[in-house]
Amino acid sequence: MALLDKHKTIEKNATLLLVGTLLVVSIGGLVQITPLFYLENTIEKVEGMRPYSPLELAGRNIYIREGCYTCHSQMIRPFRDEVERYGHYSLAAESMYDHPFQWGSKRTGPDLARVGNRYSNEWHVQHLIEPRSVVPESVMPSYAFLKETPLAVDTISYDLTANRRVGVPYSDEMIASAEADIRAQADPNADTSGVLARYPKAKLGDFDGNPAALTEMDALVAYLQMLGTLVDFSTYDASADYR
Amino acid sequence: MDYTTLRQFADSWALLAMTVFFIGAVIFALRPGSREAAEQAAQIPLKED
Amino acid sequence: MKYAMETILLALAAFAALLGAAFAKDSQFGAHMWVLFFVLTASVIVLMRTSSYAPAGVSAEDNSPYMDGPVRYGVIATVFWGVTGFLVGVIVAAQLAFPDLNIEPWLNFGRLRPLHTSAVIFAFGGNALIATSFYVVQRTSRARLFGGNLAWYVFWGYQLFIIMAATGYLLGITQSREYAEPEWYVDIFLTVVWVAYLIVFLGTILNRKEPHIYVANWFYLAFIVTIAMLHIVNNLAVPASFLGSKSYSLFSGVQDALTQWWYGHNAVGFFLTAGFLGMMYYFVPKQAERPVYSYRLSIIHFWSLIFLYIWAGPHHLHYTALPDWAQTLGMVFSIMLWMPSWGGMINGLMTLSGAWDKIRTDPIIRMMVVAIAFYGMSTFEGPMMSIKAVNSLSHYTEWTIGHVHSGALGWNGMITFGAIYFLVPRLWGRERLYSMRMVTWHFWLATLGIVVYAAVMWVAGISQGLMWREYDEQGFLVYSFAESVAAMVPYYIVRTIGGLMFLAGALVMAFNVYMTIRGHVRQEEPLPGAAPAIQPAQ
Repeated sequence: MALLDKHKTIEKNATLLLVGTLLVVSIGGLVQITPLFYLENTIEKVEGMRPYSPLELAGRNIYIREGCYTCHSQMIRPFRDEVERYGHYSLAAESMYDHPFQWGSKRTGPDLARVGNRYSNEWHVQHLIEPRSVVPESVMPSYAFLKETPLAVDTISYDLTANRRVGVPYSDEMIASAEADIRAQADPNADTSGVLARYPKAKLGDFDGNPAALTEMDALVAYLQMLGTLVDFSTYDASADYR
Repeated sequence: MDYTTLRQFADSWALLAMTVFFIGAVIFALRPGSREAAEQAAQIPLKED
Repeated sequence: MKYAMETILLALAAFAALLGAAFAKDSQFGAHMWVLFFVLTASVIVLMRTSSYAPAGVSAEDNSPYMDGPVRYGVIATVFWGVTGFLVGVIVAAQLAFPDLNIEPWLNFGRLRPLHTSAVIFAFGGNALIATSFYVVQRTSRARLFGGNLAWYVFWGYQLFIIMAATGYLLGITQSREYAEPEWYVDIFLTVVWVAYLIVFLGTILNRKEPHIYVANWFYLAFIVTIAMLHIVNNLAVPASFLGSKSYSLFSGVQDALTQWWYGHNAVGFFLTAGFLGMMYYFVPKQAERPVYSYRLSIIHFWSLIFLYIWAGPHHLHYTALPDWAQTLGMVFSIMLWMPSWGGMINGLMTLSGAWDKIRTDPIIRMMVVAIAFYGMSTFEGPMMSIKAVNSLSHYTEWTIGHVHSGALGWNGMITFGAIYFLVPRLWGRERLYSMRMVTWHFWLATLGIVVYAAVMWVAGISQGLMWREYDEQGFLVYSFAESVAAMVPYYIVRTIGGLMFLAGALVMAFNVYMTIRGHVRQEEPLPGAAPAIQPAQ
């Protein structure tokens, strides 16, 4: 009966209650979450994935800042209708450089995981300025101010460095040329061979319709236009998928 | 230690251990003799403030 | 001088904020530091104007057995943030129905939506939990709050957290982690406040004069420690600059998603469920004037709830790139959660056995009963939605929004309103509330509002899900996405009306509470069947 007597101790001892609770909740979480951190060893690295270019990363930060994730998911589920509507279902590896992930939880608007290359730059700019002029049913807010707001470029190397600290493989060269790259990618007259060498498949040129200025609109459209375009699914081997 | 070992551990032994702990907690709460203590404790909020 | 040290520290913090504004690496951080500077400076001025230079004496408050100052402030803050949060909710609902109501950039939907969720969960719910836990732990331990002025620090620190989080959202400062949007420096500050909260609460329990720790305190304690753990792990991030607002989460992709929804679901489980169950296990027996139906069942409720909830997170990630075994584990545990939840619901409802007539005669009891009923309803709907087949239809749709609101408005809202109506006359030493009839009005406005809201969102979500997957005979998708958006408009409008009714009820409560605090008593016919409304002042 010694064990049963101890129960009274738990009931009356605040510290024990605290420790018991903490034990239950932390072990539960640990057991479930820990295995996932060993996951990357077992997925074969999907070909085509690369870190975001500085312009894309800046665009992604604007996407986060404006709360786009509150209405748009970036996670295509393996259902016939979703694959037909949005494209190949999303792979885990496709968000391996996403700090934080942007899978979303709600589709007030459509999924954006593969929106890249689907529309022209002009369409995106018009849609962000006055959504209902291109999609009459849309309930999206206007983001016209992005076209008037100059993009902050002088701190972009900080962002790359912080990403490297959390595990994104940005090289010293990428960080050193970040500020030059962010300007070059959106400048139709720039030499972009360096950008393309560092960030294959990056979309180049003016995005917002105003080549003279580098705006937040340039960055956001550059990000939207690369979403889901890195992996080439005509050569992708689905048997490598760990699911 | 790799992913497969860990996930197998997670949905077998770890799960079992947690379940045993939980069943233990339930038996503790319902053990004979706990009734009196429980009734005392239940009266705590109703005593004069 | 009273509060001399506090005033000096606040002034120093204000100066630091000014430096932060001056050397900010990005414009949002600069603006945010200006906000902080003005708030801290205003606090310094208020403290200096109200400070008394008389020699420190013993005030009446210090002599009373319980420290109720922070509880009183907490109740007022709960009412204030509740009305604010519901109002922002009505605004974002209207923005979806009438998109021209978006005012770029600061008042666009994407920035207001986190403001709404944080205001209702953390500002309204959080203040309700802090205030009631301080009240309950003192009464059930028969001990004064531990730590002296530390409880005041918890209260004011928490309000500062709310202001920094809310203004940050409007400025576009967000981690984009749902219900954990504040950036790294606000997170660090909240951690400090939360540790102080744990010290006050645990210290009071350790000082108790009762041999037992009453079960309500178990739930409150589990809420406090688990939220601390979740908050720290989910917000691990590396800032881009020490003087910038932007940070990058330590985890990425799949791991980040599971960590976030492990947090997100357990914020529901421990903030909105365990904490509020603590309220239920104290205020329902008090208002019904009988002990909880089965104390032993409440202990089983406690252990099974905290054991099962922590595993349920992956049901937010069904059919995503999360490995299947984790999804299945999440589903199984979510379904099992149904049992303890209903055990708790039965325990709460059966507390009224032998006094069922009170549902008819006491509008406060009625509010609590409806809260428990909604707890039962949403803890049935939740496990159902976690079944993968159901989730394939419901995920990403308005159904989820309806489910969340039946829990948040029905369970969290109503149990809090009940607790507020219980507390206000006692905390301010009034004979009774200003008006019982206004409580009845509040009850019906809120209940109808929730029913309209949940029913409409349920229909909206299911039609949305069905439209997305509908094929015609030739095997083509029938609807474009834009058509499914257009189909939502009538539902969005009716949902806004439901929200307006709930807000109207909260305004009635705010007026009732205000008049009660001022000491007014409304001359009105007593409610049918009600005993003469005499509650002893305490």
